[in-house]
Amino acid sequence: MTYPTLIVLVGTTLLGSTAGVLGSFAVLRRRALVGDLLSHAALPGLCLAFLVLGRSFSGMVAGALLAGLVAIGLMTLVCRFTRTKEDAALGIVLSTFFAAGVVLLSVIQKQTGGGSRAGLESYIFGQAAGMNLRDVWMIAGLSLASLVMVLLLYKELKLLSFDPGFARAQGWPTFLLDMTIMGTLCVVTVVGLPAVGILMVALLIIPAATARFWTERLSLMLVLAAMVGGMAGAVGTLLSAGLLQEWIGFDPLAFGDRTKNLPTGPLIVLCATAVFLASLLFAPRRGIVARAAAGLRLRAKTAREHLLRTLFELSEPHLPERPVVTLEQLLAQRAWSRAWARWLVWWGQRRGSVERAGGGVRLTEAGLGRATKLVRAHRLWELFLIRGANIAPDHVHRDADAIEHLLTPELVAELEAQLEPAAVAELPGGVPESPHEISPHNTSPHDEERPA
Amino acid sequence: MIEWFTSLDPNTQTAFWIILIGAMTNTACALLGCYLVLRRMSMLGDALSHAVLPGLVVAFVLTGSLGIYTMFIGALAAGILTAVLVHWLHRGGGVPEDASMGVVFTALFALGVVLIKRYASAVDLDIDCVFSGVLDMVDLNTVRIGGFDVPRALVSIGPVLALNVLVILLFWKELLLSSFDSGLATAMGFKAGFFHYLLMVLVAMTTVASFEQVGSILVVAMLIAPGATAHLLTDKLGRMMGIAAGLAVASAVLGHFAAVYLNVNTAGMMAVVVGLFYLAAVLLAPRYGVLSALVRNLQMSVRVVREDLLGMLYRLEELGVERRLGRGEAIEAVGRGPLARLALRGLLRRGDVKREGHLLELTDRGREQATGLVRAHRLWEAYLVEHLGLPPDHVHEPAMRTEHYLGAALQERVAAEVADAETDPHGREIPS
Repeated sequence: MTYPTLIVLVGTTLLGSTAGVLGSFAVLRRRALVGDLLSHAALPGLCLAFLVLGRSFSGMVAGALLAGLVAIGLMTLVCRFTRTKEDAALGIVLSTFFAAGVVLLSVIQKQTGGGSRAGLESYIFGQAAGMNLRDVWMIAGLSLASLVMVLLLYKELKLLSFDPGFARAQGWPTFLLDMTIMGTLCVVTVVGLPAVGILMVALLIIPAATARFWTERLSLMLVLAAMVGGMAGAVGTLLSAGLLQEWIGFDPLAFGDRTKNLPTGPLIVLCATAVFLASLLFAPRRGIVARAAAGLRLRAKTAREHLLRTLFELSEPHLPERPVVTLEQLLAQRAWSRAWARWLVWWGQRRGSVERAGGGVRLTEAGLGRATKLVRAHRLWELFLIRGANIAPDHVHRDADAIEHLLTPELVAELEAQLEPAAVAELPGGVPESPHEISPHNTSPHDEERPA
Repeated sequence: MIEWFTSLDPNTQTAFWIILIGAMTNTACALLGCYLVLRRMSMLGDALSHAVLPGLVVAFVLTGSLGIYTMFIGALAAGILTAVLVHWLHRGGGVPEDASMGVVFTALFALGVVLIKRYASAVDLDIDCVFSGVLDMVDLNTVRIGGFDVPRALVSIGPVLALNVLVILLFWKELLLSSFDSGLATAMGFKAGFFHYLLMVLVAMTTVASFEQVGSILVVAMLIAPGATAHLLTDKLGRMMGIAAGLAVASAVLGHFAAVYLNVNTAGMMAVVVGLFYLAAVLLAPRYGVLSALVRNLQMSVRVVREDLLGMLYRLEELGVERRLGRGEAIEAVGRGPLARLALRGLLRRGDVKREGHLLELTDRGREQATGLVRAHRLWEAYLVEHLGLPPDHVHEPAMRTEHYLGAALQERVAAEVADAETDPHGREIPS
């Protein structure tokens, strides 16, 4: 690794992790697109500074910073004092500022005889390779400063992120805190612009949105966002320098000889996006796969329990005998297809709650026990609705049908305590009588749903 | 007609085409923008204009052509994909809406840039032109229609504008309802989702058709600013669209001339002009403007102080003492400051109060007004004591505030509600 590459690597890693931490607050505050506003609004500031002060680095940073702060201030004022909503205010300020930048840029181009025609392009795409040691020190100082700020204001920012109304009611200066966060965001964006370009906004949003999939705790989210951002910065830089391809021995992007031309900013963003997509799919609780699996599990449990309850209800007159129930009887009670019912029975057999006998099925001992518990929960809930919520007996089945699968033993015990003991009839296992007629017309639309 | 036009000075012809294309593009954007602003989806235009980049590259790689139709289809597909992804990430993935927009468009933009470098680095895709447009040179690229050279941009933006107008007219009430109350629209059997995507497709088409010529920054500005400006000026959707279209055309005209005068980028200048229109509306809009609200509040405050002064002079007369207030005393009594001075000057000018030497005296006109005010004040005090059970020493403050808003009709209703409409809780007469 060459020395310049190392510098760029350190710089982008630090930039990525700092942006990840600060972006977390922006995402939680629903201000994710403020980064977009900042990265566009800095252009007129840069151009003005160039026109007034000439090619001075600190002048241009100051100009960009000032333009960004003015843009944020204007947006906040417009939202506060007019009926224009936040999204429109943001868009108007963004486009007007950027357009002013384009206008100023055309002035500069005429002055310099088209010499800086590449100006807009490098502004938009950034040039990480141009990073020098001084820039890295600046980024490092900024990272440290924002880390200190987040640590010092942690409690306040946490409250602001999750419940701004409460924070205001508690007397925190929410406006000032908001402006502190936005101001720091502005500084980070401006410092990141030369390296990553307009895609700086992605570094603010994507790591934060990724981290949000994995945790419900702000502290952990900040750490994860910093890690994702830093990792994206590092991997993107290595990819763009062609080093990663050398190390792993093949070129994942199939770029061949042109590796050296790859723009760093977009690669960093794509790395972050890859982590985002993986989290979107596979995060333990909020990920799509996990949520789909949880949904499927619940549906399977519901279907299984519906079979048990239906069998119980059909066997009820003969209890404690366990009579044989035919498939036809089952189908008459439920809106099930024949294949689906067969499959449910097969499944019940595997779990040991149903057995085949004489041309039909019946509950096993274990199955009867499970079904009894279930029907008990169902009917207790129905009784509770009738007594407690004053709902007509023929209207309670549907609700109980949905909730029976979710009632825990503790809740059932509490329901029992709430109801008079006389209501809990002396049936096997203490199952109260059904408060309504049991008929297929009383079954709920939930039965028609089955796993896709 | 055509001969007359072609005989014109070439510069005038160019100006005509720039303004015409600009006005048509701006109008097409502004009409859709009204819906975007109302549905709080303003940033979608910005997201789309970044996200179409990979669509352009993929279309080029697949067909090897940079033709207008290939580009159009590629960009349109990318635009629709963006809208779908943003919606799906928000609904299905549980990501906040703004963050999902940010993730999708930046990722697609980055992908587009990398794809360009990978497959199309030979192609000169001028980023400058993508953002700031080539509106200045719009008449250099022409097609021949009916033996007449028109700019190619006209062929792409003309039909899109017509389509937008057509769809808006056809689905006027559905779009109206689903923009203001999508829940109600769904309950009434309109497919709110369908109109959401219809709008998305129109926005994507308009964005794509516009930005080859005018640049994406003007498209983003025109999708938001005219609609938001019109929203500050009216509460009716029809009127809002009319105003937005008018602003779109006006900013094309003014933007062009300003750009020529200052010798700067035309599309950028048009966007700046429409931003200034918005600023003007923020300050000056009759009902929702900041300055107008300020003036309204000031007028209200002066009226309150004026009426307080009248009430005070009336009560002094009522006591039957000889003492009258001087100008300084009166101003002192209502809190001094410029408001008090303005109020007193107003009373003297209206002839409600006259000067007797250096003392102030109510005129007949002033006395009549003051009677109404004091009546309102005391009726309200009586009402508060009788119906809200407030102690008599707590009712003066609220009555001080309410007296200014209790007109003759309300006074009659309050009088009917209280048992004794002749005397107030402090034992003073209620005048009539």
